[in-house]
Amino acid sequence: MSSYSITEPSKRQKWVAGVLVILYAVITIMPLIWIIATGFKSPADAISYPPKVMFEPTLEGYVNLFTTRTRVSPEALQALPPPATWYEGIVRNRDMVIAGPSRYGERFLNSVIIGFGSTFLSVFLGTLAAYAFSRFKVPLKDDLLFFILSTRMMPPIAVAIPIFLMFRTLGLSDTHLGMILLYTAVNISLAVWLLKGFIDEIPREYEEAALIDGYTRFQAFYKVVLPQAATGIASTAIFCLIFAWNEYAFAVLLTSGTAQTAPPFIPTIIGVGGQDWPAVAAGATIFLVPVMVFTILLRKHLLRGITFGAVRK
Amino acid sequence: MAEVILNNVSKAFGQDTALDGVSMTIPDGAFVVLLGPTGAGKTTTLRLISGLEKPDTGDILIGGRSVVNDTPAQRDVAMVFQQYSLYPHLTVHENLAFPLKSPILRTPEDEIARKVAEVAEVLQISHKLNNKATELSGGEMQRVSIGRALVRDPSIYLMDEPLSSLDAKLRSDLRVELKRIQAGLGATLLYVTHDQIEAMTMATHVGVLDQGRLVQFGTPREIYENPVSLYVASRLGLPRINTLPVALFGDAPAGAATIGLRPEHIAQGQGRDSTVTRVEHLGDQTRLHLSLEQHDIVTLTDVHTTLRPGDTVAIAPRNPLYFDTNGTRIA
Repeated sequence: MSSYSITEPSKRQKWVAGVLVILYAVITIMPLIWIIATGFKSPADAISYPPKVMFEPTLEGYVNLFTTRTRVSPEALQALPPPATWYEGIVRNRDMVIAGPSRYGERFLNSVIIGFGSTFLSVFLGTLAAYAFSRFKVPLKDDLLFFILSTRMMPPIAVAIPIFLMFRTLGLSDTHLGMILLYTAVNISLAVWLLKGFIDEIPREYEEAALIDGYTRFQAFYKVVLPQAATGIASTAIFCLIFAWNEYAFAVLLTSGTAQTAPPFIPTIIGVGGQDWPAVAAGATIFLVPVMVFTILLRKHLLRGITFGAVRK
Repeated sequence: MAEVILNNVSKAFGQDTALDGVSMTIPDGAFVVLLGPTGAGKTTTLRLISGLEKPDTGDILIGGRSVVNDTPAQRDVAMVFQQYSLYPHLTVHENLAFPLKSPILRTPEDEIARKVAEVAEVLQISHKLNNKATELSGGEMQRVSIGRALVRDPSIYLMDEPLSSLDAKLRSDLRVELKRIQAGLGATLLYVTHDQIEAMTMATHVGVLDQGRLVQFGTPREIYENPVSLYVASRLGLPRINTLPVALFGDAPAGAATIGLRPEHIAQGQGRDSTVTRVEHLGDQTRLHLSLEQHDIVTLTDVHTTLRPGDTVAIAPRNPLYFDTNGTRIA
């Protein structure tokens, strides 16, 4: 046995820790790999048992995701001119022709508009509110802050029925604006509290210096506070986007056509007759990309956001 | 530059009175130093003049105009904060240029460049101009924060212990430099410090604050030689003034309770015998610690003294100050 050290873990400890971390990482990433792989499988490979690790990749799932198809008789298929595009060819192999584009594109765009729209609104309003709570004498400040926090104390879906009725009366059902307002309402408390924490940590002296240097309160906020709150704003934006992007229950309940987001749409891809798992997996894979990119771009800030409050200056 | 007048200004934070009826005239071109322990109201005075706080009662005039309802920007004051308060997301150059770019000044680019270079030169930070403000040492930060005030030409400069975190050499350099700049510009400057050397060497006027009240205002010499109270007397002078019961030397005016003896106001070789307890050789001066009837006394003596602990020295007061039981000066 080598000598015991508090600061330096032993070789065996490092090994155990390493193996545990890798194991945990594999378990965590498995569903992701499964989804991505399934998107490139043929329908037969997708449901084969035992699951195929090695398979011949195909874009059939992606083609099916973005198109609607109709089945034609073999004779009619023969009569058609040769397929003009590669995706037409993939569809013909299944005795079908492309009838038109699917609605996935629109639904995805809805997700982008609603997700980023509500994220922007939450962070924008949250920053202003957090600044006010952090810096000014607001009457009943503590009560207001508690009230804002208390909106998080129940699952949002608990108020689904009143919101459903409210939206119907106000004509907000199945509108982009309605969904943006709803997600903003859910996210705003998180945004206010997170950002207040960040802004509290920015010493007031910076603004005071700016005030004396000849700037107005708003200019001081804009030129001095905002740049320093960038970390907090970025991590708050990620949390807000992740919620709004992934939200399913309200989207199912309140949207059906114009404003339907991708999460309620993806399960409907599964189709009639056959179960088109590759298309569903393809839809999920593409759906993952924006949040993943956004998170990777801002991941330094995100880490800071997660550990926020742990280190006191 | 302008004259600044405080007229019966009071300010309380909740239950705590920070300033209590302070009246003070800072003449145009004066270098006024505020002295007092922590909590005496020095920083509050600066913040009231700058407009970061509003007085509860009283009036503040800059250049003859009441400014109590003006924003800090409208008052045209420059302030050096004790905690530097450099903008951490900006470089040193951008920090120095920040006040010049403000909507009230809108300085042209070439003039900004010229002024920043000039101030950086004086404060010996030219080589750091492109550093982020957070990549500086404490002393450098403090110099940048002084520079951020000096680039401007405000009605008054307010400085809150601007030299406190510099090392001794830089501090004495900048003390001279600051005084030179102030005299050269004819600038009005209100300066808060704990350091009595700064007060004595730079000030044209010294104001002594005690628990929110201005107890004496005058030239450094006046404050030193003619303090109104024991409290003021102990603000200036190093080593500090010795305070002893009057009975020790006798022959005191009626009502006197305490005798105040500055180290240089003790004559040696006559009077009462005291015992040497310690001899401190500081190079330029030698401090003699004496004991007389259990009372400790500090005085100065010949640099090359041969006195040793245990020796006996006769001492007598010379030009002593007398205070009553409340510490008020009576003679």
